Amino acid sequence: MGLSGVYAIWLREIKVFIREKERVISSFVSPLLWLFIFGGGISGSIGGESGYQEFIFPGILTMSILFSSIFFGVYIIWDRKLDFLKEVLVAPVSRSTVFFGKLLGGMTDAMIHGIILLLLGYIFIVQFPLISFLPAILIMLLITWSMVSLGLVIGANMSTQEGFGLVQNFVIWPLFFFSGALFDVSSSNLPDFIKTISHLDPLTYGVDALRTVIIGEGAFPILLDISVLVVFGLVCSYIGIISFGRMQQIK
Amino acid sequence: MIYRTISDYMFAIEIENLTKKFGDFTAVDSISLKIKRGEIFGLLGPNGAGKTTTISMLSTLIRPTSGIARVAGYDVLKDPLKVRQNIGIVFQEPSVDDLLTGRENLELHAMLYGMDRKEMNERIDEMLNLVELSDRADDLVRKYSGGMRRRLEIARGLLHTPKILFLDEPTLGLDPASRRTIWHYIETITKEKKITTILTTHYLEEADSLCDRIAIIDKGRIVVEGTSNELKSKIGEDIIRLTGSISISNLRRLKCVKKINSEPGKNHVDLVVEDAAKNLQKVLSIAGKVDSVEVRRVSLDDVFLHYTGRYIHEENGEDSIMNRIATYRSNR
Ligand SMILES: Nc1ncnc2c1ncn2[C@@H]1O[C@H](COP(=O)(O)OP(=O)(O)OP(=O)(O)O)[C@@H](O)[C@H]1O
Ligand SMILES: [Mg+2]
Repeated sequence: MGLSGVYAIWLREIKVFIREKERVISSFVSPLLWLFIFGGGISGSIGGESGYQEFIFPGILTMSILFSSIFFGVYIIWDRKLDFLKEVLVAPVSRSTVFFGKLLGGMTDAMIHGIILLLLGYIFIVQFPLISFLPAILIMLLITWSMVSLGLVIGANMSTQEGFGLVQNFVIWPLFFFSGALFDVSSSNLPDFIKTISHLDPLTYGVDALRTVIIGEGAFPILLDISVLVVFGLVCSYIGIISFGRMQQIK
Repeated sequence: MIYRTISDYMFAIEIENLTKKFGDFTAVDSISLKIKRGEIFGLLGPNGAGKTTTISMLSTLIRPTSGIARVAGYDVLKDPLKVRQNIGIVFQEPSVDDLLTGRENLELHAMLYGMDRKEMNERIDEMLNLVELSDRADDLVRKYSGGMRRRLEIARGLLHTPKILFLDEPTLGLDPASRRTIWHYIETITKEKKITTILTTHYLEEADSLCDRIAIIDKGRIVVEGTSNELKSKIGEDIIRLTGSISISNLRRLKCVKKINSEPGKNHVDLVVEDAAKNLQKVLSIAGKVDSVEVRRVSLDDVFLHYTGRYIHEENGEDSIMNRIATYRSNR
């Protein structure tokens, strides 16, 4: 794996990211709506319980990362269709180099979103201890790593544009809804099937870890959260490298 | 000798029974070719003949269904990375990055090919100059015209001075003046640096003057291969074009008429004849009502028509690349 190749691909992704301003701006809109309208609205209507907005903040943060990560990955279908990738695929760099370049590009993209949202949350929603920024960012890195990898796996294996809608309905929303971003997965009021699926959703552990460091409440031990994220990230990266190796040009 | 090194392979490209199937459809059907080092080789064929698919297999972008292909001495299946180190390619379809500037596209390329900073900047300036994009180098490619994009892609394909260069319709969408400049440059640089070049083009007269050897490919098969002169002399020497109400059945009876080509909707016929000077009188005497006569030497167009049963229409090709660029823009 060549580092200069990884750097070249990463640099391209960052430049493209910065220049697609519409995409950058629009990707902030929905998390902010969720956070302030949905979170604020529910807290308001529940009345005394002002804690809901704080409770879902780590979840919304995760959602924002999830969306930008997976979409970044799936975006390579587009790249393949439009032949941007061809240039990279005929270059004398290995497919794992291409994978890691893309992975780092996507992680940077998602982390920029995440960090901005984290700051907004810190200013407007929950004043967690400053020292918590560091673990929060590390956990966000783990989440982006696994989710961008997942997106790249999907993007490398799918060949149609309709895939975008499928991914949204069958990957992103289920990952998000079952992750406990909006509810407490350890609550005894939860229907069993939701609980079971939630426990199988890797994102649950990301939300839980962020919740633990940001508002100090978690359903699972943080070590468990981190282990699940690391294992999931490794698995997705491994499959991603293999998928990139097999990837062929599509018309 | 036990080890094969870069310098001792004989042929830049060796293909044996190379085949590519997409499902049941055979796009490339068991082709075999040997291309010598330093040669400019033209792959000509109508739309859908399998030219791009062949180039994609040779450049390791798609995997052959069966057969063997060696590029610069390396097997495309066993040593794809080695193959890629030795080639440069200009794709048929637009492949420069819209949201980067021209220079940034070239920088990305240079980094991917492991060029160092100094070499990179020198080469980039040199290439930008060559394709006359120096003053637009720092504009986003999004703002380029179709022809400017093409020139940028050609600069990119040559940037790292590859040993073997694939050009898939490199001058499609360019105006005649830029086409001449580009071909002139391609010819000079490839001869000077001994770059083996494989090109496809719809502009047959350009292929004729540029290529050392030519293969005509149709429906995935190579129908004929050789130097331009060999190909031409295979089908005859002269063409007589008759306009008017021509009696084709009468002409068929003449021995000296080797082939009669007529295009539907046109009132002229082309006759491939052995020796026009000697036989013209004979032809005219039985041809029916002739309004005008034109005699010329056989061209590559005639060879193409002879082997594929079709005329090659340049407009189509040009049209399609422009459409492609247009769709590609609106898709982003
Ligand atoms: N990925 C693919 N899946 C299915 N069929 C394909 C694919 N790629 C090419 N084909 C088919 O293979 C045939 C050869 O295509 P190819 O692009 O190689 O033609 P070509 O000679 O380059 O034509 P053109 O002059 O139009 O560029 C065509 O019929 C095309 O439809
Ligand atoms: Mg083609």
